[in-house]
Amino acid sequence: MKKNSFIKLLVTILITTFFFGKAYSSSKNLLKIDWSFAGLTGKFERDSLQRGYQVYKEVCSSCHSMKYLSYRNLGQKGGPEFTLEEVKAIAASYDVEDGPNSEGEMYERPGRPSDHFVNPYPNDNAAIAANGGAYPPDMSVLAKARTGGANYIYSILMGYEEKPTGFVLDEGVYYNKYMDGNKIKMMSPLSDNLIEYTDGTNATQAQMAKDVTTFLTWAAEPHLEARHRTGTKVIIYLIILATLVYFSMKKIWSGVNTEK
Amino acid sequence: MSEREYVPKSKAGKWFNDRLPLLSLGAHLSDYPTPKNLNYWWTFGGILTFCLITQIVTGIVLAMHYVAHADLAFESVEKIMRDVNYGWLIRYIHSNGASMFFLAVYIHIFRSLFFGSFKSPRELIWIIGMLIYILMMAAAFMGYVLPWGQMSFWGATVITNLFSAIPLVGESVVTWLWGGYSVDNPTLTRFFSLHYLIPFLILGLVVLHIWALHIPGNNNPIGIDIKKPSKDTVPFHPYITVKDIFALLMFMIIFAGFVFFSPNVLGHADNYIPANPLVTPAHIVPEWYLLPFYAILRSVPDKLGGVILMFGALFVLIILPWLDTSKVRSAAFRPMYRQFFWIFVVDVLALGYLGAMPAEGVYLFLARVATTYYFLHFIVVLPALGFFEKTDPLPVSISEPVLTGGFNAVPTRSDKIINEKK
Repeated sequence: MKKNSFIKLLVTILITTFFFGKAYSSSKNLLKIDWSFAGLTGKFERDSLQRGYQVYKEVCSSCHSMKYLSYRNLGQKGGPEFTLEEVKAIAASYDVEDGPNSEGEMYERPGRPSDHFVNPYPNDNAAIAANGGAYPPDMSVLAKARTGGANYIYSILMGYEEKPTGFVLDEGVYYNKYMDGNKIKMMSPLSDNLIEYTDGTNATQAQMAKDVTTFLTWAAEPHLEARHRTGTKVIIYLIILATLVYFSMKKIWSGVNTEK
Repeated sequence: MSEREYVPKSKAGKWFNDRLPLLSLGAHLSDYPTPKNLNYWWTFGGILTFCLITQIVTGIVLAMHYVAHADLAFESVEKIMRDVNYGWLIRYIHSNGASMFFLAVYIHIFRSLFFGSFKSPRELIWIIGMLIYILMMAAAFMGYVLPWGQMSFWGATVITNLFSAIPLVGESVVTWLWGGYSVDNPTLTRFFSLHYLIPFLILGLVVLHIWALHIPGNNNPIGIDIKKPSKDTVPFHPYITVKDIFALLMFMIIFAGFVFFSPNVLGHADNYIPANPLVTPAHIVPEWYLLPFYAILRSVPDKLGGVILMFGALFVLIILPWLDTSKVRSAAFRPMYRQFFWIFVVDVLALGYLGAMPAEGVYLFLARVATTYYFLHFIVVLPALGFFEKTDPLPVSISEPVLTGGFNAVPTRSDKIINEKK
């Protein structure tokens, strides 16, 4: 009876996971990439993160804020790992409003590593007004805030196409294969050789999309590498401990006749 | 309760124990005679205790860093994830811990249903357990609101709005719950306060749950009354403790798998979007562990009717010991109940699936069928089975697997069942 019921349970679990998986997975088939950070021991590619930051800085950051990140994060372990000098230089290239000073005036000063990423707009309404009524979402946790995560972001960036004949688009709205309803207010942000990578990598659209998606995934989950490392250790520890406890259990129970 | 009078060896121990018999209690817990044939489905009590303690400990640490304010909550959670030392670990343990807690509690409940643990003389253990389960759902729901993401906000709006279905005073009750005219900061702060309170209420009920358990002692897979202590029992320590620890470690491996390798798979992506009262998410769905009740709620076209049915689904569980009329506890000796049990399991899983689907078309129809069957199971099937079902003969004890006549009896069908059990 026990074995039988166990099999029944297993089958029901499998069936439900299948259905729930289907229920939760997006209806569209997203483009899928073999991300370096996926999997049990996944890590970010350092070069890709640094290039991704360059794409964010030179392209995305003109509209999208990343308000939960600070410049110091760019130098943290497990991130793009810019050197301290590079981080200081990046921060200093921004003007940050500070104050009030002793005269009660607000003033601008060069950014420091401890400053949060500077917001391209003074407030959300300004962002909406400047973007034809659509709010460019903050990108700090974007990779976790969309079903499909990294694949979704990559797909959107690569999903711009000519609209099918008969598809009606308003002024300032673009056709995107992977967007809900296929309508998006952001025009295709990336095109071949839009920027010049400092490390000399060929800046194709696909390359930039991949790099910036990697960067956004790190931004949403800055401790991903530590999490994977710790997780591996924790599970190995638990397995060893469970093995020891298993044999202790066998020894302790050896004197008890559970057969009848 | 103690099977033998406990006398502390040291003088200090005796002095203390005479005034507050904590040591006697410890001895009772350690000696507590437990059926020797308990299978791994019985290890979930210990696992649930672990889950509760884990949630309380991680929750206390999170509360040190969390800010319960509509404008700051989302940001403070991000701060925990980014800047607090191991904040990501603590929060992921807490958020996945809720799911693990419910996974364990569902197994625990279905174990009780299968082996008839809720039946006389254990009705109060069952009812206290159900109260714990209801409080768990309240705590989990309020906890999900705290990060103040889109699902937090809209989940809170949908669930609190249910109370508006109460005739006459409904609207006033909802305003009172919200502390205003919509879900807003006062709602968040009171949810935080209650979310912190409820786990300690649960802890108190757990003490009563275990106390009530220690009066009749554990049920067991063959569901018969056994003499305690006897050759059918083993002392709780070390036999059950070591087995519980082994099962707990297995459970922790699965738990760690979620926390470290897919910490967000059980949540909804929309909850990483800050709450926005002006934008409604495409589908508002509760966490997976509440989905069956959500499906029941939505299967009724009338709001009040849906709310009544949803609470009715819990009520039939509470009065279950009087709905199941069969005197035989374990499904091992109930050939018909065994089939209905699995149909019921599939029915609840189906409700869970349908709760995640939009309430329209074929999904709505199936949800109505599944809801109807849910109630039929409790109100018709269980009471009727007690009269119609021909149960298999019961053994006299765990060690003597035969109805009567001890070791010389002719093997019966129950013999076969018990042999398969091994």
